[in-house]
Order: sequence, then C-alpha cells, then structure tokens
Amino acid sequence: MTLFEKLKPKFWDYQDVAAGPYKHLFNFRRIWNLAVVLISLVALIPLISITLIDYGVTQHSVESEVLLRTSRLVSNTWRTVSFFLAQRRSALDFVIRDNSYNSLHDPKRLSAILGNLKQGFGGFVDLGVIDSTGRQRNYAGPYKLEGIDYSDQEWFKEVTEKGVNISDVFMGFRRTPHIVIAVRHDFPDDSFYILRATIDTDKFNELLAHLEVSGQGDSFLINKDGILQTPSRDSGNVLDRIPLPVPDFSPKTRVYEGKAPDNKQLVIGYAYIHDTPFILMIVKQKNELMKPWRKTHFQLIGFLIASITIIVVVVLGVATYLVNRILIADQKRIMTLHEVEYSNKMASIGRLAAGVAHEINNPLAVINEKVGLIKDLFTIKEEFKGNRKLIELVDSALSSVDRCGTITKRLLNFARHMDVKIQMVDIGQVIGDVLGFLSKEAEYRSIAISVNVPGDIPQFESDRGKLQQVFLNIVNNAFAAVKDGGKFDITVKYEGADLISVTFTDDGCGISESDLNRIYEPFFSTKTRQGGTGLGLSITYGLVQELGGSIGVQSEVGRGSSFVVTIPLKIEKKEKKTDESVAGR
Amino acid sequence: MKVLLVDDEKELVSTLAERLSLRDIEADWVTTGGAAIKNVESKTYDIAVLDVKMPKISGIELKKKLEEINPVLKYIFMTGHGSEDDFITASSESGAEYYLVKPVNIDDLIQKMKEVLINPDKRDK
Repeated sequence: MTLFEKLKPKFWDYQDVAAGPYKHLFNFRRIWNLAVVLISLVALIPLISITLIDYGVTQHSVESEVLLRTSRLVSNTWRTVSFFLAQRRSALDFVIRDNSYNSLHDPKRLSAILGNLKQGFGGFVDLGVIDSTGRQRNYAGPYKLEGIDYSDQEWFKEVTEKGVNISDVFMGFRRTPHIVIAVRHDFPDDSFYILRATIDTDKFNELLAHLEVSGQGDSFLINKDGILQTPSRDSGNVLDRIPLPVPDFSPKTRVYEGKAPDNKQLVIGYAYIHDTPFILMIVKQKNELMKPWRKTHFQLIGFLIASITIIVVVVLGVATYLVNRILIADQKRIMTLHEVEYSNKMASIGRLAAGVAHEINNPLAVINEKVGLIKDLFTIKEEFKGNRKLIELVDSALSSVDRCGTITKRLLNFARHMDVKIQMVDIGQVIGDVLGFLSKEAEYRSIAISVNVPGDIPQFESDRGKLQQVFLNIVNNAFAAVKDGGKFDITVKYEGADLISVTFTDDGCGISESDLNRIYEPFFSTKTRQGGTGLGLSITYGLVQELGGSIGVQSEVGRGSSFVVTIPLKIEKKEKKTDESVAGR
Repeated sequence: MKVLLVDDEKELVSTLAERLSLRDIEADWVTTGGAAIKNVESKTYDIAVLDVKMPKISGIELKKKLEEINPVLKYIFMTGHGSEDDFITASSESGAEYYLVKPVNIDDLIQKMKEVLINPDKRDK
C-alpha cells in the first residue's frame, strides 16, 4: 500500500451509485481540488509577492547603503589629501612672497626656511631655487643637487607654463619615489624663478594607510595613466600599473560597480584631486560588503519556505476535513431522504394492508356465517346428520375461512403497529408475526426454520413497530443469503441485567471479512445490481440504537452468518439518534 | 336470553340470527342504528351485538343511545378492524364489555354472551 493509499481521504474514490434525488450533490474530489488550489493561490500569491518585493527592496537598500558609504569615504579622504597638498603649496606660496630672490639665494636662509617648513608642516624633504633656465641656483636638503639642470624635466615645463605644479610620484635624480611641488615667481621684466620643494612620500602614504576601509577595501592614489602613486594592498606597489581601467574624469566623487581581473564584483569609488595629477581610488569587495545582506536573505528564504509549507499543510488539512464533513452531511441528507421514503412506504403498505384486511374481513364474515349455517343445518337437522362427507366439506371451507381470518388479522396487527408508541411486547409473538409473512416462502424453498423462545422471557416495554422492522430486515437478509433447503434459526435468550438477546443464525453464503466492517454503512451493498439500496442494515442499525439496544454480527464466507440483537427490557424514554447510526462505522 | 344483532351487512346478520335460533337463542336482527333504536324501544333485550363500523352511526355511539333507552342492556361488539387491545383503546371511554373480531366463531359468540350475563360488571367502567 503506497503512502498515498494510506493518506487519501474517504471521499477520494467515492463512487456515487445512486441516481435522481439520491444522487450526491457534489463532486467531492473536484471541490477538494478547487478549494486547495484557490485557497493556496489566495494565501501564497500575496506572501510570495511581498517576499519578492521585500527581497528586492532590501537588496537595493543595502546596495545603496554600500555605495553611499563608499562615496562618503572617498569624499572625506579626497578632502584630506587635497588639503595636505594645498597646505604645502600655500606654504611655498607664502615663502616665495615673504622672501626676496636674493635672500632665497642665501643657503643659510634657505636651510632656515626648510627647517621651519619641516617643523611647521612636516613632509618637506628639501627646498631648491631654480632660475628660468632650469638650473638649480640654491638648494637646502640631504642630497647634493646644487647646479642640476631641470630644464628637460616635465614638472619644470608645467610650472613654467602654469605657474604651479604638483608632480606625479617619480624617481628623479635621487632614485627614490617623491613628489615635487613647484611655485613660479614672476619679476616685472618677465623673467621668473621657481621655488621647488620635495615632499616625502612616506608622509603622503600615511594619509591613506591609516584609513579604515570596510569590505577588505583598498585605498590608493593613481595618476591619470593608472600608475600607482601610493602603495596598495591588492593592486601592486608604487609606480606599478593598476589592474583596473582608469576611471573617466568627473568633477565630483563617483562610485560604480566593476569587476576585478579575477571576476570578483568590486565597488569602486574615485575622485579627481583638482590641480594635481592624482586620482583617489577606494576599491571594496562587493561580496564582503553584502555579507550582512546575505544573512537576511537566507532568513527571508527560510521564512518563505516555512510559511509556504505551513500554508500548504493547513490548506490540505482544512480542505480534506471540510470535504469529508460535506460528504458526511450529504450522506446524512440522502440517508434522511431514504428514511422518509422508507417510513412513507411502510405507512402506505400499512394503510393498504389495513384497508384490504378490513374489506376482506366483511365478506369473509358472511362466508363464515353462511358456511356455519350450513354446518349447523347438517349437524342439527336429522336428515343430514349421517352424511360425513358433507360435514367434512363444510369443515374444510370453515378452516379456510379461519386461515383467511388469521392472515387478515396478522396484516391488521402488523399495519396497526407501524406508527408506534411504547407498549408491552411479547417477543415470541413479534417473531411469530414476522415469520408469518415469510412462512410460505420458507415452505416453497424448504427452508427449515426453528424458533426457540424460552418461557421465562417476560413481556417488556418496547416499540413493537421498530422491533418488527428490525426483525423483518434481518430475516429478509437471511432468506436472501440461504439456499433452498437451508436452515434458519432464531433463539431468544435472557441475558440478565434487564437484557434479552435475539440471535438469527443462517447457513447462507456469509459475509466476507472486509465487508463485515462496512455492512452498517449507508449505501454499502453487495446487491446494488439487484436493486439493493445498501440501506437495510443501516436503517436496522439506526432502529436498534433507537430501541436502546445493540446489534452484532459474526460471519464466515460459505458457512453462514449470525446476527445478535440485544434489546433492553425497558426502553429509555428519551429517544436519541446517534451520529454513528447515520455516519456508519 | 333475547339478543339484538346490529350490522349493516344484511347477509351476515340474518345468517347469524338464524344460527342462533338453531341454538335456541332468540335473536332479532337489524341493519341500521335507527332500526336498532326502534327495536330496543319496543322490545326488551338482554344483549345487543353491535358492529363497530356502520354507516351514519357507529356501534359505540349507538351503544350510548341504547343505554339511555335500556340501561340494563349488555353489549358485545364485532369489528373487522384489528384485535382486542386496539378495540379497547378505541372504545374504553364508552365502556365496551366484549368484542369479537370478524369472522366470528359462533361458539365464541355464545360463550361471550353467557359471560356477559354471568359477569355483568366485567369491563364496566
């Protein structure tokens, strides 16, 4: 047996055998399918939509937050770096304005100024004065650079043109990476000289090295050719080319998403530093930044799966329960229709029987009197006395009248108890009445009927009509089960504790074990094709319950069945129909 | 013993009267309630045997009327309907003494007549 076979509800394979008004009103499997699909859709569509929307919104907001934070960091760092360079440039501007060309030619004075700049600002390595031909006229600093000609150097050309220059990081004559800040001072006769300072790159690097960058980030400066100006963690050393494309010029801070050479998702923020060749870049690993989001995202998916599971289980459970209840309710409805029809039929039969019996009784009484008179004449008048043959004929007619009288009395008796109240009942008489209807059939089919009613069974209060119907149903079933020449036995027993049992035993075809549990179910019939409604034993069960008794059965296929009806000797006044009598067991 | 038989079935009641006569019981018969009342007014009877169900007037109503005319008259009812307890339920208010279900056995009827006369109080209210 598969799991589905075990789990499938009662209505799943329900076959409607009835037709007309007794047909079930619903297609249970269809109702179940419809209920499950509709309730699931109504419950799941909003849930899934909201989850997806929330997923998108949350992801978008986390990404925005990441971009915004990166942008802020770039802006702040940009300000620091810009300030560092502008400060030093302004210092040089001040020096060149505060001192005459001659005083700057004084090596002592230049050394003093360098000393002051180192102390006041820091980061200055040396200071030189260069004339308009590019030759260094005065120099203060650790290197021997007096008299060097800078006229070929890029920075010299720049400062000659623009008046000020901040150089890339380069090796120059001293073979160590450094930055040069140079400021031009013009004389009235169009000649000029240049004050040039070298800035220590260590100081410069420190600015970025101490930056706290989240998401395994990296911050560095590059020049417009993509050459690293400060050391970076992942992209190489000073003066190496970065593995990323140089970002397009933008006057403002910008953040974009890019890919590393190893295809990792990156968040890249950058800003061009005005009047310098530098571009500040901050590069972060997107995966690292989205870690908190991933946790939320798993929680969200977990919540969605759990919710869907719960909803589906509840929907299946509720739909199954409700459809089962509808099935039971519908069975009750059909059951009630059958019961009404059954009792109507019984009442009609009763009225018909009473009418027929009464109509027959009158002519029967006339025949009785006429034949009685003939017999009287035969027995009383001397001339016929010796004619035994005539008397036998008359006696035979009278005994036939008697038989007819018995039949009409029995019919009247049965009909009269159709609409019933509680009354004193003689169990033997009830059994006799019921068997009376079937005695001819028993005779024709040679069914041996034995009835065993002990004399000590008292009369008791019960509903005679219901008892008759119960017994009649069981006896009818037994007659249908036994073959011609079979045996049928009815035994009444006093069970003590105000109970009697009536056992109906036949040697008929028996009931299979699988059917045995279902025989009291409404509409369960093995004789559907022969016109059985499957309600006989169901109604019988209900009637026995109403009498306050119980019904049991033992059966073996091929050996016969034995129904035991137990009846209380005093019926409870409060009659109640139990649910089970209708719902089946 | 003088008996009045009342039944709308003429063939039944006339034959029954004849059979009673053969047994030396004086029996008159009528087929309507009206005729029964006239007979009781004009003659003295010991027992009236009444059919319960008759056209115009039922046996039980007829009994009430006859009681006014002859208070000592005894009654036996005949019915085509059902059995003793049924009859008792139907006629308990009118205090029916005896009943018989049709078709009636003549010996039973005579037996009942004797009982009515011997135990006049039986089943009286």
